Amino acid sequence: MSAVTHQSILPERSGLARRLSDFLWRHPHVLLLILLGPPVLWLGIIYLGSLLALLLQSFFSIDDFSGLINYEFTLATYKQLLIPANFDIILRTVVMAALVTLASAIIAFPIAYYAARYAKGKWKAIFYLGVMLPLWSSYLVKIYAWKLILAKEGIVTWALTKLHLLWLLDAWLALPVVGGNSLSISYTGTFIVFIYVWMPFMILPIQASLERVPGNLIEASADLGGNPAQTFKYVLFPLALPGIVAGSIFTFSLTLGDYIIPQVIGSSRLFIGQAVYAQQGTAGNIPLAAAFSVVPIVIMGLYLWMAKRMGAFDAL
Amino acid sequence: MRSDRSSTPLSLKIAAGAGLLFLHVPILLIFLYAFTTEEKSYQFPPPGLTLQWFAVTWNRPDVWEALLLSIKVASIATAIALVLGTLCAAAVSQTRFFGREVISLLVILPIALPGIITGIALRSAFSMADIPFSVWTIVLGHATFCVVVVYNNAVARFRRVSGSLIEASMDLGADGFQTFRHVILPNIGTALLAGGMLAFALSFDEVIVTTFTGGQQSTLPIWMLEELIRPRQRPVTNVVAMVVVLVTFLPILAAYYLTREGDQIAGAGK
Repeated sequence: MSAVTHQSILPERSGLARRLSDFLWRHPHVLLLILLGPPVLWLGIIYLGSLLALLLQSFFSIDDFSGLINYEFTLATYKQLLIPANFDIILRTVVMAALVTLASAIIAFPIAYYAARYAKGKWKAIFYLGVMLPLWSSYLVKIYAWKLILAKEGIVTWALTKLHLLWLLDAWLALPVVGGNSLSISYTGTFIVFIYVWMPFMILPIQASLERVPGNLIEASADLGGNPAQTFKYVLFPLALPGIVAGSIFTFSLTLGDYIIPQVIGSSRLFIGQAVYAQQGTAGNIPLAAAFSVVPIVIMGLYLWMAKRMGAFDAL
Repeated sequence: MRSDRSSTPLSLKIAAGAGLLFLHVPILLIFLYAFTTEEKSYQFPPPGLTLQWFAVTWNRPDVWEALLLSIKVASIATAIALVLGTLCAAAVSQTRFFGREVISLLVILPIALPGIITGIALRSAFSMADIPFSVWTIVLGHATFCVVVVYNNAVARFRRVSGSLIEASMDLGADGFQTFRHVILPNIGTALLAGGMLAFALSFDEVIVTTFTGGQQSTLPIWMLEELIRPRQRPVTNVVAMVVVLVTFLPILAAYYLTREGDQIAGAGK
């Protein structure tokens, strides 16, 4: 009996590499440890370590007179977030992120729907690259392009002058909140650039969810007397919703933390990212900067939790 | 019946076309502005066209230094990300263990949280540990968020490499290293190349984390950012912007052609 078993097992192989390989085959846990060790150590120590250190600092406070950090546990720094000036920053950023997400979904949906349902063969590839190239183009170059476009002497003013519609722009800029001296220093400008830069992240998840909608569902809806608007409302939109929510994770989170777009194109009123930057840089108030950066983390945590419940992660 | 699928509603065509135009016209304008003769403003239409700014840019040492530093940082960060991302993808897809979800989350976190948080966290950690800011601190930051792109591409491909191939290789007497060299690597090679290119593009373009982890060194995006906030040399910036667009297009196109046979979306979740 035992002789037979012995024959079926190959003799131990020679050579260091082979012995090591055999050892790993017999001890998969060691192999797993070797595979996972370096990335987990890297991300765990460098990334999570820094992140926790930052979060810890939000529970310290800064001494108003000396400007030094007071290393005692306190919630005073968080209380500072609630004073009107700081709370306005948070509110402004969240409203902007929500509007950008909504507008991105509206612009992205037709592109995604066309690519998912009508584009075939070559056109499918063109649509895909047509979304991927702008998505991966340099972030700063995209902002720069809009600086050129929105400048007072730029193409928007030129085109509107040619169309004799310049009064429309002037009327818009005269509006209280969204207006300003020129588009490049107004909320409207910030809003447009945010949409431009983050909208491509919305298209692919929506397209992925729409591709899973069988064409005959749309036809069935039409056969049963649904007009296109009803088909969209009761069939297409509910089925695409996980994709929209998945895409909105990107647009919302990226808008929430951005500090360069509102700095380059926008009014002087701050967004969360700019507040974090200013507090840690010129003001040297690391605890307040840390507390400010907890805000997007908490908001995104809630957002992701809701998204998970809506099944958005299956659409990614 | 699928015959009526070909009739696309006109309004959808217009909306989709307009959306794509909105994405591409600004980038095309960058190309136009690189040739403008106007130096002081962003006047449209350009009063004249010239090639002189290409020569001026070519002779600017600060642009060259920034470009070379960007390439250096992106290369090292990509190399680190390739190793870490592949290891992680292999572990997650080839074995089952408790806490796989946590590992995926850990890899995605640096890109899911706003860049400013990654940046400021690394910065305060470096200053707490008394690590002087240098090229290496930039690399450290970049490698951290580049892992995810390699990981995504590698995981997608590992899923399609059938486990029986690996078992067959083992049955035929190959050891683990030979199996890796002759069976696994040829199968995941293009996915790794694509992931590496996307990681390179990501690092080459990164500005937010770099502003926090860099010292005096300026990468090309940092150079661009300076010009965006305080424009000094608009024509040179125009040319640099155009070159950056061209340089980032190449790895994206290459990554697309390398992964196109598969179903996975190479760049999803930048």
